[in-house]
Amino acid sequence: MRQVLARAIGGLAVIGLVAGAAACNSSSSTETKAGGGNCGYELAFFGALTGSAANLGVNIEQGFELAVQQYNTKKGSECIKVQKFDSQGEPAIAPGVARSLVANKKILGIVGPPFSGESEAADPIFEEAGIPTITPSATRTSLSSKGWKTFHRAVANDDSQGPAAASYISDVLKAEKVFVADDQSAYGAGLADVVKAKLGAKVVQTDKTEADGKQTDFSTVVQKVIASKATAMFYGGYYQNAGLIRKQLTAANWKGTLVGGDGMKDPGLAKAAGNANAVGTVVTCPCSPPEKAGGTFVADYKAKWNVDAGTYSDVAYDAANIYLAGIEAGNTTTEKMNTYLSSVNYTGIANVYKFTATGELDPASIKVWAFKFDASGNTIADQEIKTA
Amino acid sequence: MSEATVTSAPAPVKKNWRESGGTRGWFGRQHWAVRVGLSVVFALVAYLLPYVGQVPVLGPQVITQGIDWSSALFNMSYYVLLALGLNVVVGFAGLLDLGYVGFFAVGAYTVAMLTSPDSVLKTEWGWVAAIPVALAITMLSGLLLGWPTLRLRGDYLAIVTLGFAEIIRIFATSSETLRGDRGFSSIPHPPGTYADGKPIFGVADATPYYWLGLTVVILVILGVQNLDRSRVGRSWLAIREDEEAAEIMGVRTIKYKLWAFAIGAFIGGLGGVMFAGQQGFMNSQTFVLQFSILVLAGVVMGGSGNIFGAILGGALISYIPDRLRGIKDPIWDTDLYEYRFAIFGLVILAIMIYRPQGLIPSRRRAMELKDREKEVAPQ
Amino acid sequence: MNFSGLIENFGPLTITGLAQGAIIALFALGYTLVYGVLRLINFAHSEVFLLGSYACLVVWGMFGLDQNSVTPNVFSVIGLLLLGLVAAIVISGVTALGVELVAYRPLRKRNAPPLAFLITAIGASLFIAESVGVVTKRGVMGVPPLIRPTDVFVIGNMHVTNLQILIIVLALVMMFVLDRFINRSRMGRGIRAVAQNPDSAALMGVNKNRVIALVFLLGGLMAGVAAVMYDLKIGVTKYDAGFLLGIEAFTAAVLGGIGNLRGALLGGLLLGVLQNYAAGLLGTEWLHAASFVLLVLILLVRPTGLLGESLGRARA
Repeated sequence: MRQVLARAIGGLAVIGLVAGAAACNSSSSTETKAGGGNCGYELAFFGALTGSAANLGVNIEQGFELAVQQYNTKKGSECIKVQKFDSQGEPAIAPGVARSLVANKKILGIVGPPFSGESEAADPIFEEAGIPTITPSATRTSLSSKGWKTFHRAVANDDSQGPAAASYISDVLKAEKVFVADDQSAYGAGLADVVKAKLGAKVVQTDKTEADGKQTDFSTVVQKVIASKATAMFYGGYYQNAGLIRKQLTAANWKGTLVGGDGMKDPGLAKAAGNANAVGTVVTCPCSPPEKAGGTFVADYKAKWNVDAGTYSDVAYDAANIYLAGIEAGNTTTEKMNTYLSSVNYTGIANVYKFTATGELDPASIKVWAFKFDASGNTIADQEIKTA
Repeated sequence: MSEATVTSAPAPVKKNWRESGGTRGWFGRQHWAVRVGLSVVFALVAYLLPYVGQVPVLGPQVITQGIDWSSALFNMSYYVLLALGLNVVVGFAGLLDLGYVGFFAVGAYTVAMLTSPDSVLKTEWGWVAAIPVALAITMLSGLLLGWPTLRLRGDYLAIVTLGFAEIIRIFATSSETLRGDRGFSSIPHPPGTYADGKPIFGVADATPYYWLGLTVVILVILGVQNLDRSRVGRSWLAIREDEEAAEIMGVRTIKYKLWAFAIGAFIGGLGGVMFAGQQGFMNSQTFVLQFSILVLAGVVMGGSGNIFGAILGGALISYIPDRLRGIKDPIWDTDLYEYRFAIFGLVILAIMIYRPQGLIPSRRRAMELKDREKEVAPQ
Repeated sequence: MNFSGLIENFGPLTITGLAQGAIIALFALGYTLVYGVLRLINFAHSEVFLLGSYACLVVWGMFGLDQNSVTPNVFSVIGLLLLGLVAAIVISGVTALGVELVAYRPLRKRNAPPLAFLITAIGASLFIAESVGVVTKRGVMGVPPLIRPTDVFVIGNMHVTNLQILIIVLALVMMFVLDRFINRSRMGRGIRAVAQNPDSAALMGVNKNRVIALVFLLGGLMAGVAAVMYDLKIGVTKYDAGFLLGIEAFTAAVLGGIGNLRGALLGGLLLGVLQNYAAGLLGTEWLHAASFVLLVLILLVRPTGLLGESLGRARA
């Protein structure tokens, strides 16, 4: 009898839990009343907010949300609502989340998906629903050749960043022996391959590591770098691995320079490496330094989120502002928004945005800059890289 | 429903519900027509699950928030498939397999290799054409894993299967042919069009995929149930309980252990085939070790050795995290999904402590456990 | 295949491999001890290590040290190291006991099937690791530079640093002490008795529950030491550090013969070194694949590992 009772109580507890959870749901979906002046619409972030890829996703989401919030403050009302869709950056999870996004008919545009893999899985669904996307960071070249009309890329693809990094290594660092490694991600390996091809015979040795965050002991990579007598190392990958590699290279007394792409342009690199070890690490980025654009983005971001703006935060901020300018101009359906994007010419804090017919950034407006880590663990602009 | 015989067990008068076998005992005592009827009704309800959100009051509690409900159902269907397959290996034959996701990967990758334009093979077959090849290759991989490990017992087998799955994952990540993180895109969806020319299996609606998955699950249930009641099933049982004794009694242990691996691999591969067909794009990120461990936890939690236990377990490991998605916790305002594994860890800890035999235990196992409980020496 | 690279770097790869292997070996002891007595894989052992690796960082953090600090003077380094070791050992030991109490003891009371233990351990492991992940936002936590690696001696191109020597020596000392304890002390005799035959041991008056708690505690202590050395060597820790290294440690334990203390040492060192050779020969991405292939090959020839399973000596 006691068992029966225990079961009944257990069952009730479960029902209560579910009901409580549902109560939370319903409270969170209170509708915003459509105010005047093209209000009552929504913009969505689609990308990783949890899981191992969350850091990059959160950088982007925070930049995006900051832009919308500033717009709302300017309007003096909750004019545009932010919707967040957490894909965890995983292609296996992205389609289900994307389908729940397209069910929301108020969404006029999407910032994301941040990764190329999840873009491949989710973008066909956005394409079918006709909702425009602007990705601030998915740089796989082939994404623009799928015939997706809603696809827009607010950064240069892998093909333009690699050559810049290579010319920085050979022209500025004047390195004759270069070690190239990557993390086997589509982004990292793609970039490293371009760098390898451009540097040619200067590449003395190569290696591959596990994906970002999946490896902590890089002693074999470090050993190879030292044995190769390279004076510069290019790492195609993200900041956590890069920080650890930098730390372990310094511990093994290697004095060369670590160079990487925009995936390493994040304070997280200095956090993993220790500020003193990270100093001098060079990262390239197909974006302009935010301080060059004037404005108060860096300070605003810090004030709002209490962390420094990370990789792609600025691009996401720009992407959101492109949408907001579109809404301001009366593009309040997804079709109009998509047409507007095809002819937009917007000057943001990181770049000038003009899209080609396939959704790529206009080649004329692509600038690649090199940034260096300073003693406080932040990246400061070094110089613009000319790739002729 | 192969067993159409009328069971005429006289219902004992003075037994309470629990002693006479509970729900399952009652079900077993019904006329066969009633049993078939009830099963059909149950299956129909399962097919109507995508519309459960329309049920007033209760419906919105059930469906997922942060992820499309049909997609969540489809995910459940392939998790259930995996749980059913692993149940054959672990539950029936008693072979501890920690790398079951390896077979799922082999199935999905074979489909991708044969159908995707990104593949080096450049065959670009249709999805259906790739199925038989994919299943044949997964069964073969099951035998390949099974054959060298036949000598190994228990925990040694566990680490070798774990190693097997890791080797597959590393190979998928690092080899040029399998494209690693770059993955395969444009994997075709299952064929078929509506009258107006629109494809049934499109990208925007996951409901047809769920129905397809459910159909496969039902077929697999029927097949596995028959196997369990056959000579093969009895041999597995004997091997699980005492391998030496089984061998002496004339059970050809090697043959039946290989059977278990091959059938388990077949069902896992089927899951992979379904996954690839719905997904359209896949890369090496999906096939992590935690996935195998999760499915194993599902099987044991549901009730290892019992088909319906495995189904429940498989469905729960997919449903619980998806249900947590899109709900904010009140303190830090984070998506509850972030805590899914922490919560999940607690849930399986609690379930296993209070029901070591699983939620819906195999009847035989439950009886064994009762016996064992009596054997515990006073501490 | 880069044979020249392997031969050229043979010395350096060996010494880094030995240092890594020493950490793996100490970590592996926890699996081996529990398996030797209970015949069960303690999946939650990786989290015993994980909490140890955070414990010493928290203690050092109390002295205001983080990854950006400068290296303190020698005496404070020794003091800090000892404090960190104590903290890690205590936390790891307590965690191991907690795991035993929550995930093992209730099931043992009911004589549950072995699979159930595996799943409760997985549950406990998931809960601990993910809770740490949530609290630390899945980021890394940096280690203060207590020891700057400097060359102690150089043979050819093999630079042996003070840190590597510290790790290897400390691991060997810990192994020696543990081996002595199990084989010479009264409590060690109890452990061996239970490992050989739990029922007879119980009849002879050995308190089984106490012995089991003791092996969990011993495994925890060793993991605590391993955790501190890991922190010093790698320079950061994060929520899944235990899981990633745990698979290697478990492999090492099986490789040497799970349940066998000396097997864990042999397995750990061998795995550490051979992984490095594989990385040198094929590339770092194949490091783990090589270790699993090695494991499968060895198990095919010796189904119970290199030295066979024996915590109690009678079982050959």
